[in-house]
Amino acid sequence: MNAFQETTVVIPPSRRMLDLQAKPVAPALRTPASAQEPPKLQVEKLDAWYGKTHALHGVNLVVPPRSVMAAIGPSGCGKSTFLRCLNRMHELIPGARAEGTLLLDGQNLLGRDVDPVSLRRRVGMVFQRPNPFPTLSIRDNVAAGLKLNGIGGNHDEIVERTLRQSALWDEVKDRLAASALSLSGGQQQRLCIARALAVEPEVLLMDEPASALDPIATAKIEDLIHELKSRYTILIVTHNMQQAARVSDQTAFFYMGDLIEVGPTEKIFTNPSEKRTEDYVTGKFG
Amino acid sequence: MAIPVQARSGNVGDRTWAWVTAIFGGLLLVVAGLILLELGRVAAPAWSHIGIVKFLFSSDWDPVQEKFGALPFIYGTLVTSAVALAIALPVSVGLALFLSEMGPRSLRTPVAYAIEVLAAIPSVIYGLWGLFVMVPWLRSPVEPFLAKTLGFLPFFQGPPIGLGYLAAGVILALMILPTVASVTIEVLKTVPPALKEGALALGATRWESIRIAVLPYARPGIIGASLLGLGRALGETMAVTMVIGNSPEIHASLFAPGYTLPAVIANEFAEATGDVHVGALAALGLVLFGITLILNAIARILVEAVARGPRGARA
Ligand SMILES: Nc1ncnc2c1ncn2[C@@H]1O[C@H](COP(=O)(O)OP(=O)(O)OP(=O)(O)O)[C@@H](O)[C@H]1O
Ligand SMILES: [Mg+2]
Repeated sequence: MNAFQETTVVIPPSRRMLDLQAKPVAPALRTPASAQEPPKLQVEKLDAWYGKTHALHGVNLVVPPRSVMAAIGPSGCGKSTFLRCLNRMHELIPGARAEGTLLLDGQNLLGRDVDPVSLRRRVGMVFQRPNPFPTLSIRDNVAAGLKLNGIGGNHDEIVERTLRQSALWDEVKDRLAASALSLSGGQQQRLCIARALAVEPEVLLMDEPASALDPIATAKIEDLIHELKSRYTILIVTHNMQQAARVSDQTAFFYMGDLIEVGPTEKIFTNPSEKRTEDYVTGKFG
Repeated sequence: MAIPVQARSGNVGDRTWAWVTAIFGGLLLVVAGLILLELGRVAAPAWSHIGIVKFLFSSDWDPVQEKFGALPFIYGTLVTSAVALAIALPVSVGLALFLSEMGPRSLRTPVAYAIEVLAAIPSVIYGLWGLFVMVPWLRSPVEPFLAKTLGFLPFFQGPPIGLGYLAAGVILALMILPTVASVTIEVLKTVPPALKEGALALGATRWESIRIAVLPYARPGIIGASLLGLGRALGETMAVTMVIGNSPEIHASLFAPGYTLPAVIANEFAEATGDVHVGALAALGLVLFGITLILNAIARILVEAVARGPRGARA
């Protein structure tokens, strides 16, 4: 406030008018994941099959921009399937298909006119098991997406920035040219996160990204998610209730292919509407 | 051939198995060693009569005048094998990629079956086909066309005879194709799907994911597949001798007739007169053996270098 008063003193009235016109952007940025903004992702009646296996039954949910949604549920309930529908990786499995409406910024992703390749550039993914390119160096792994998508700019700078974001920089800065396989599993996972961040996706899908990590690396990833939230929309699958509670704004509970309940994380964990949700989050089953 | 060292806790079955495999492995080495010794014994008169260096590096082969130079055969063997691999490798990799990554599933079984059939054809049939179908076809239009388009290269000059290095190389390519392709298919199957998905999730097209994830991972295996094919090409006798022209000369042009090590051994052994001629042929056998060993060693180094990945190399 002091600073503001000082500037009012210095700046002549005519300039102040301009200032006021330029200002309104700032307060809007400060409001947390705003409800008035159109949703980043809108899922309506999403069904997914593996051959004859009906893996997702009519899922409906909405993800606001710059927020984190956690998907929880017992093993085999369809969390990964759901995530993989969102960047159309699901359809890569022979016999697999998805139906319904998936709106990203209002555009239907399942439409025929949507090119899955360019979609995946906007919707990045981090897998459960680290999968760095084994023959590429650490640096080239991070830059792989940049090269693939013909993204220009200073790659070394981007590599450093994303490696810092994924809390790996200090551990690898002296051996960027070493093979990605020379890293530990947890380091490889953070490398894969850096690789996904490098192309600056709008939505980041993380399928149990921390399941192979030690508590320290897990904490780093959670910090990273908090930080990324200011720019990205994140969906994260996790089996760890505390993690879901710590990182997410909303939580979606899946059970046997059904989306049982979705809502603010606090509500899901303290006062869920559904009995099954309560049983699951309190550890009665699953 | 190290005998596997067993931990003390290893059970009896494991230990017995280790010994059995070690014994059979050792036996194989003994048999190979005996063959080599016998070859060396038969070859001895030739070595002493001609001298190793002269034998290896002179290009005159005239048994009547007791002139024995191995160079044309070494050259012919290497050139035809190289041509074979240059043709078979890209075709095999393309075929394997098509079958495992891109082609419609319904095509996979028939094509895989066709590859197996190709492997089962006896080499004399390949030779006959080569002689009556492929050689005339090479004579025209293939060789004149190559001379017209790539004639500035020394490999594609001279009269289009049909019989020659190119014919032998193409036949060999066909013959090693099933080996290289089927091994490559198996190699591609070992590429973890997660790796491909990693590339695709970054916005790679199918082809790009093959380029940055599948092929680099499969590279050591593909080199291994090539080596298997090369091994067969180096030793193949019947089909080659039917189409290469059997003339102990050295020409840069692939259109020219030549000769290979196994072909000359098979053709002349029965009529070889005198210890020196027989010895020279045995010595050619040793040379062939040596080439195979060297290529094996090179391939092993290659596979290891490639499998090791960048580690400082790719900056
Ligand atoms: N490739 C596949 N082929 C056939 N069925 C599949 C395939 N992948 C998953 N399924 C089935 O789809 C259902 C949902 O699987 P999914 O992988 O989405 O579960 P998940 O919630 O991610 O489980 P987890 O927590 O164990 O990762 C399961 O019943 C599973 O058996
Ligand atoms: Mg899963």
